[in-house]
Amino acid sequence: MTATTFAARSGGTRQLAGTGTLLRFALRRDRVLIPVWVAVNTLMVLSMPNSLKTLYGTAAERADLAHQMSTNASLRALVGPVFDTSLGALTAWRIGIYAGALAAVTSLLVVVRHTRDEEESGRQELVSSGMVGRRAPLTAGLLAATVANAALALLVTAGLSSYGTAGALSFALALFGVGMVFATMAAIVSQLTESARLARGLTAAVLGAAFVLRAAGDSATTDGSSAVTWLSPLGWLENTRSFADDRWWVLLLFVAAVAAQAAAAYTLAGRRDIGMSFLPTRPGPATGKLASAGALAWRLQRGSVVGWSIGFFLAGVIYGGLTDGAADLVGDNKQAREMFERLGGHAALTDAFLASMVGLMGLIAALYVVASTLRLNGEETSSRAEPLLAAAVGRLRWATGHLLIAFGGAALLMLLTGLGFAVGYGKQVGPILGACLIQVPAIWVIGGVAVLLYGLLPRAAMASWGVAGAVLLIGWIGPALNLPRTLLDISPFGHLPKMPGGDMSWPPVLILTALAAALVAAGLAGLRRRDMIS
Amino acid sequence: MTKAITVSGLHKSFGSTHALDGLDLEVETGEVHGFLGPNGAGKSTTIRVLLGLLRADAGGAQILGRDPWADAVEVHRRIAYVPGDVTLWRNLSGGEVIDLYGRLRQGGRAKRVRQGGGGRRAGGLDAQRRADLIERFELDPTKKGRTYSKGNRQKVALVAAFASDVDLLILDEPTSGLDPLMEEVFQRCVEEERDRGRTILLSSHILSEVEELCDRVSIIRKGRTVESGSLADLRHLTRTTVKAELAGPPNGLARLPGVHDLDVQGHRVHLQVDTDKLDAVLRQLSDSGVRSLTSTPPTLEELFLRHYQDEVDAR
Repeated sequence: MTATTFAARSGGTRQLAGTGTLLRFALRRDRVLIPVWVAVNTLMVLSMPNSLKTLYGTAAERADLAHQMSTNASLRALVGPVFDTSLGALTAWRIGIYAGALAAVTSLLVVVRHTRDEEESGRQELVSSGMVGRRAPLTAGLLAATVANAALALLVTAGLSSYGTAGALSFALALFGVGMVFATMAAIVSQLTESARLARGLTAAVLGAAFVLRAAGDSATTDGSSAVTWLSPLGWLENTRSFADDRWWVLLLFVAAVAAQAAAAYTLAGRRDIGMSFLPTRPGPATGKLASAGALAWRLQRGSVVGWSIGFFLAGVIYGGLTDGAADLVGDNKQAREMFERLGGHAALTDAFLASMVGLMGLIAALYVVASTLRLNGEETSSRAEPLLAAAVGRLRWATGHLLIAFGGAALLMLLTGLGFAVGYGKQVGPILGACLIQVPAIWVIGGVAVLLYGLLPRAAMASWGVAGAVLLIGWIGPALNLPRTLLDISPFGHLPKMPGGDMSWPPVLILTALAAALVAAGLAGLRRRDMIS
Repeated sequence: MTKAITVSGLHKSFGSTHALDGLDLEVETGEVHGFLGPNGAGKSTTIRVLLGLLRADAGGAQILGRDPWADAVEVHRRIAYVPGDVTLWRNLSGGEVIDLYGRLRQGGRAKRVRQGGGGRRAGGLDAQRRADLIERFELDPTKKGRTYSKGNRQKVALVAAFASDVDLLILDEPTSGLDPLMEEVFQRCVEEERDRGRTILLSSHILSEVEELCDRVSIIRKGRTVESGSLADLRHLTRTTVKAELAGPPNGLARLPGVHDLDVQGHRVHLQVDTDKLDAVLRQLSDSGVRSLTSTPPTLEELFLRHYQDEVDAR
């Protein structure tokens, strides 16, 4: 008996051999990724009480907000029900789902990065040939995600404790729980697929489904009690009712889910060989039809174009559906109305809401144009471009294939947003479509910056993400922070006419288009002249 | 004969590193030319200049009579390139990649009218030749890029190159990761290409491969060409190993010019001799009565080592 226990134990320890080393190594590799994600999430949560104080300063205004939420199903779908009118409870209500989703994204990225990514690249083989137990890599990946989520929970608890210690703790623990549910979910999915990209995509799809389930449940009930809401970990987060009646028992759901999913992941991991998966890759065709660099570019990017397109169309439908309700809600609140006006609309609140939502989609499309443009950089640095360019394919022709998808895709996304609004809102179809399309030149300018950096300073191409991120921040929170006009003017989006509702002004649109064209031309000229990186 | 590749005084720096420092290279049309040098000598940099991927700082380069930088696309219609480390798109099958390269070379929009052959074409490649190569290299063309091993990724690029109807093949350490059987298939393919009159620049570490296949070689070191010529020419500059069993004790060998490392054990002789002094040594040996004689020409390895010996010593 004793001997058996000992053997089993030492077997268990052996399976985890090297976990500590791998964890330190993982955290070293993530020394930028994890702190940045945690810091952004913490700031997002901790800035909320202040901005709520500005918007809903008096108890009466907050009571009014709660009343509005209980009567407006579409807004409940977006942010969930209000359980209490204290600043703490409103903070948990307003930001909880989004902070939870961000923690989930961080967790799934970290786990896939240290498990399936490592196996797919073949690095895991080398690592596992050392004194590394069979379960160590998965454990190290999960622990790295645990570290990230624990850091977030600690900071949130500390930052919100002045609004109620119990509420701050239950809220932070619920965020931690959501993060860990998706960390363990990513651990399961990583056993199923051979491709890290697919593992990330599938786990993100589960997160999207969790969001949709909660939204559907919340639009049906006013207190989050719908069974559909309870199917979603984000619904559990909301039903913890932090700063309201703090239902601690709900946290047990997170514990149970994390334990069950972790057990499933370890069981699956124990039953497969390294590098293999339960969903094997299907064979492809023995002959191919691709005949040009442009066709190849489309083949490589079409999946992501389709994904982004669906997302933008659905966002248009959802925001379109919310438009009337949102205008009603802000109509009763002076500060919120002023904020919407600052965000870029005119007095007509519907137009203001539409204009700010269309602007938001434009900012997000800037991320697409950068991601798509930087495919060129990825193809070059991975040496996949080299043999292509050694065939009868000119550099310009090769680059143009990808850039057509990047720049044309951006226009397509905004068009689909407009069509989504047409479906979800149904009114003002022409003006909204126009408002969506005038975002395109500003998006192209961001894409142009990416082409310029890639063409002239390829080693700094990744800085395009910084440009897109800065523009996103300026556009998103700049107006709310009352930033000086000169700073706001850095962003090309700041120069666009406020549509719908504003006066159309062609000069900025044309100037931005010309600027984008000049940036692309300069970048391509640089690409033609420089050495290719290997 | 016309030159397929002419490179003279080529310079290329990356920051403070001088990758090429006045490199010269001449490849005749229709020959298999070995391009030798240790890691970091500048072989791949030279090839990347020839492919128009890098712009030379100074010096001249011509490939198929054209400027590799300015006329890149035109030149590339007539060449096929195999890098030493092939990377594939993870979700494209090997067969798709082979056909893509076939079309992107010159097949798909061939400017020239081909005589003969005339077989069915798939993906810009000769379908028969493509199928034949896939079979000989034992490649499964339906697997996706991410599932191929290193050797199989090389095979994808090799099949695409050998199935293309081009004038010049540029192979940069093409057999890394291939097993000995596949190495053998590769050598047969190179010989077939040469028999069809194609020019091949073969950069390699594997000296036996070069010795087997190449008509002429260029040896480079630290971005400069240190030796260039036919293997016969190069051998002439080095020593032949001679082993002999004689009827009587040898005499006078030590006094002959060009004899090195002489070792006499009774009637047995082991020595090295500068190849151009071989005649005198043989005459001297036959004076003593030869019972058996083996003479081994210098291997490329010896040639190679001789050029790098001081570098090895310096380590």
